[in-house]
Amino acid sequence: MAMERRSIRIEGIVQGVGFRPFVYQLARRCGLTGWVRNDSRGVLIEAQGEKESLARFLDGLRDEHPPLAAISRFEVSALPPIAENGFSILASDATQEKTAQIAPDTHVCADCLRELFDPADRRYLYPFINCTNCGPRYTIVTAIPYDRPNTTMVDFPLCPDCLEEYRDPTSRRFHAQPNACPVCGPRLALVDRDGQAIAGDPLAEAVARLKRGGILAVKGLGGYHLAADADNGAAVAELRRRKARDEKPFALMIRDLAAARELAEFDETERRLLAGPERPIVLLRARPDHGLSPLIAPRNRYLGLMLPYTPLHHLLLRDFPALVMTSANLSDEPIAFEDGEARSRLGGIADAFLVHNRAIHTRADDSIARVMAGRPLMLRRSRGYVPRAVFLPVAQASVLAVGAELKNTVCLTQGDRAYLSQHIGDLKNLEVHESFVRTIKHLKKLFEVDPQIVAHDLHPDYDSSRYAETLPGVRRIAVQHHHAHLASCMAEQGLTGEVLGLIFDGIGYGADGHIWGGEFLAGGYGGYRRLGHFHYVPMPGGDAATREPARMALSYLHQAFGAELPPLPVVKAIPAGERTILLKMIERGINAPLTSSCGRLFDAVAALVGLRDKVSYEGQAALELEMAIEPDEGEYPFDLEDGEGGLIFDPAPLVRALVGEILAGVAVGRVSARFHNSLALMMAAVARRLREATGLNRVVLSGGVFQNLYLVERGTRLLQAEGFEVFTHSLVPPNDGGLALGQAVVAGFRVGEGS
Amino acid sequence: MNNDIILLGYGSGGTLSHRLLDELIIPTLSGVAEREQNDSAILAHGGGRLAFTTDGYVVDPIFFSGGNIGDLAINGTVNDLAMVGAKPLAVAVAFILEEGLALAEFRKILEAMRAAADLAGVRIVTGDTKVVPRGKGDKIFITTSGIGVFAHALEISGGGAQVGDKILINGPVGDHGLAVLAGREGLELETDIRSDSAPLNHLVGALLDEFGDAVHVLRDPTRGGVATTLKEIARQSQVGIRLDETALPINPAVAGACALLGLDPLYVANEGKLLALVAPEAADALLEQMRRHPQGQGAALIGEVTAGPPGQVQLHTSIGGRRAIEMLAGEQLPRIC
Ligand SMILES: [Fe+3]
Ligand SMILES: [Mg+2]
Ligand SMILES: [Zn+2]
Ligand SMILES: [Zn+2]
Repeated sequence: MAMERRSIRIEGIVQGVGFRPFVYQLARRCGLTGWVRNDSRGVLIEAQGEKESLARFLDGLRDEHPPLAAISRFEVSALPPIAENGFSILASDATQEKTAQIAPDTHVCADCLRELFDPADRRYLYPFINCTNCGPRYTIVTAIPYDRPNTTMVDFPLCPDCLEEYRDPTSRRFHAQPNACPVCGPRLALVDRDGQAIAGDPLAEAVARLKRGGILAVKGLGGYHLAADADNGAAVAELRRRKARDEKPFALMIRDLAAARELAEFDETERRLLAGPERPIVLLRARPDHGLSPLIAPRNRYLGLMLPYTPLHHLLLRDFPALVMTSANLSDEPIAFEDGEARSRLGGIADAFLVHNRAIHTRADDSIARVMAGRPLMLRRSRGYVPRAVFLPVAQASVLAVGAELKNTVCLTQGDRAYLSQHIGDLKNLEVHESFVRTIKHLKKLFEVDPQIVAHDLHPDYDSSRYAETLPGVRRIAVQHHHAHLASCMAEQGLTGEVLGLIFDGIGYGADGHIWGGEFLAGGYGGYRRLGHFHYVPMPGGDAATREPARMALSYLHQAFGAELPPLPVVKAIPAGERTILLKMIERGINAPLTSSCGRLFDAVAALVGLRDKVSYEGQAALELEMAIEPDEGEYPFDLEDGEGGLIFDPAPLVRALVGEILAGVAVGRVSARFHNSLALMMAAVARRLREATGLNRVVLSGGVFQNLYLVERGTRLLQAEGFEVFTHSLVPPNDGGLALGQAVVAGFRVGEGS
Repeated sequence: MNNDIILLGYGSGGTLSHRLLDELIIPTLSGVAEREQNDSAILAHGGGRLAFTTDGYVVDPIFFSGGNIGDLAINGTVNDLAMVGAKPLAVAVAFILEEGLALAEFRKILEAMRAAADLAGVRIVTGDTKVVPRGKGDKIFITTSGIGVFAHALEISGGGAQVGDKILINGPVGDHGLAVLAGREGLELETDIRSDSAPLNHLVGALLDEFGDAVHVLRDPTRGGVATTLKEIARQSQVGIRLDETALPINPAVAGACALLGLDPLYVANEGKLLALVAPEAADALLEQMRRHPQGQGAALIGEVTAGPPGQVQLHTSIGGRRAIEMLAGEQLPRIC
């Protein structure tokens, strides 16, 4: 039989995920000789054997690779055979360009879990067990190539046993960079607010304190959680009290799927999302009889559940069906991730700190997802997903996109890959800003790119826009906020060409200097035309009108009724003197910028129906309005007319009808449903009119409002019934967390056009 | 400056104003790109120094609670001289009057100017008057210029801040801007808010006599408010600045009105306030002295100069967070999603 030899280059996430031992074993099974080695682009293989065996080998590489591996490029070329014995793993070669990808942090695998609970295993109950198939990655990597010295495991020299595994090509821990055991690896500690160790076994003592209703700060993969026993109503209430300004729902970590079933309903898609290796928080419909404290998710019909994702979580959850595990931060601050910082910031909230001595290099919040129209929708794409690439429909010049102001993420592109960062947060906060700057530096280092093109928002006062201004010698490209939303959805859905965009959002700075957010666009990466929008209304007090939906209610009432305001509770709740001034601000435009925001219309309606006149977190009013929906098919009238700014959606008739129903005592849930129904109807009507004008038949839905399940599903159905092809987000959030991706592709396209 | 016309924002005192100055006015007029960012120019003359400044006043309305355009024009120029440590000597004034302005109103304005000048101890020595047709102006515009002399050799400038310096303010912020806004828009606020328009030269004189070179920077936080002024100082001195939100004095009526109007008091204009950046060892005594003076009764220590990133102003908020204070491009724009 004739011998043949092949060179095989594989790129993607192929390092630190057990790829070389897999290649080694596969090659031996196929009876091949040759070698495999890591280099900075990924994995390089030379294999020699009979033609048949080589074919089996190539199939195996593609189909049977380890679970954490993701192949983005696979090239095979023929070489002349040489004289050779056996198959070997060669040392890494880091001299070439470095494009090998770092894997995201991943849930502890089934094999490690089995060992964790096997009394005979040397890692029995060891909270830092991991292997090439699982464990920390992105959050511990300090540089590339991904080798132990370039991770925060550098502080832990391997013991002889671990070293043997590390060197053994047949071991699951062959070159597992975070490999550790109780002899050589990180350790748990339970400390008090001053950092003093608390006597006893840290885990047992932590569990005992939680059992007694205590609140613990727990150091995890990408930061700290605040933990409390979810079944202990008093503990939950105490945590709420200590996080006084924060009304956001608490996430729950549940022991297993059976425990999850006790609390919430979920289908197969949701189950897969919940149990997937990324382990996001999944928003699931709460069972009415779940029996937990209503303070966990006030005014919410959903619970945010996640399964344990580190060995430590699995150990903790043996004693609890469910723990509150909420991000350890104060209001707008980033999640705590450094030990001293965590103690100083959380000292007023946590009774004790369950910590370990493996440093977190990069902060990463839990990801949040829900299932919409039968597939996952990321609301916050962070731990577990980052830094996995989003593949772009077209390769482009390398761009840094600096994102929005709140829910900030940044994005770097390299060829046809876009690396969207972890959730960074509200940049006005200095810690967040610092984390933003660090993340940009870190990503540049990890992917060895130094983009000379920087994309930013049009808003002159966004911190990210200012940062872009300070970068020397780069080409800056300003991208309009809602154009970026449109492009973000197109990019993740792999669309090219021109589409229609219904961009329903909070707010973004418009090209005309007004505040946009209910936009009817046509366009693609290269540009957009604003074919219409929601009727402008004043936002009395600017940002104050976002914090206080009652102001937007007043603004919409004024637009619909003039000075004679209907006697609604939301109106009467505002003292007469203040009301007069607010109306004057609205009438005369005193610090009352004009907005076409859809999010602010949601806020106004939430206030009109009496749900909420102030909010404590972004999107709260709109979320509670969605949660209030009771099944109803009714609709309200609205105007859709061609005006100076194109097709203008005027909700005044809707507001009048809705107010009439509130005054007539129609239940809030039905009013909410009818409001949503009207918007869905409007979406279809708008798209029809835009199709007549442009001939375009693909509709993209993006912007923060499209986190609203009811509106997306109903709007999509109506659009599809009209023959439209509808595209919505899945991998990338429709909110500002996905903005940087859109900015990056728009800038990349413009540079490519040479404009 | 991509727009080829002057926008209102170019007069806001924020980044757009700075760009107009740095990219057009200064390079064209003097050929000097780097500008002396102080309230007055300092000229060498006959072995000594003179301070020289000018300012235009276009406030609408011309009468407001606590003052009018006349005393504002005197106090503004007197204060600009005082902020470089000079003793105001004489003021020149130019009026641009719109056809139709009531003589009685003009007289009232002139009387206010005279009273303000008397209070400051400065003479109005020369002037000019022009009248433009109805609709070509807005009732009255005033320009004042002032000249001052130095009684000492101190160098007080926005570039003089040193790490460790304490930051003092002589009273509560935001009164002037709100008084003008309420007057212009006819807002009936719960409590009358009066402009703080006042001459600060006597206060400055007293501080410099007693503390001399412990005073490193003086600046009046007018247009753009305390936020913009501190940002300018931080940049000019290449230092960091920490500002404590809870220490910032503010009248409850102003705080309430700001909340209602959605304005950040840090960006609201003042006309009788100064920020003094002083050596830490002298800070307490300086504060005491300030509080004994009629123009400094509400004085407070509001922050300090740090080795932090040069040009960065950090606000330590009441809830324990840290926020970056930035100059606004123009007006306060919504940014929360
Ligand atoms: Fe947005
Ligand atoms: Mg001036
Ligand atoms: Zn494993
Ligand atoms: Zn070991």
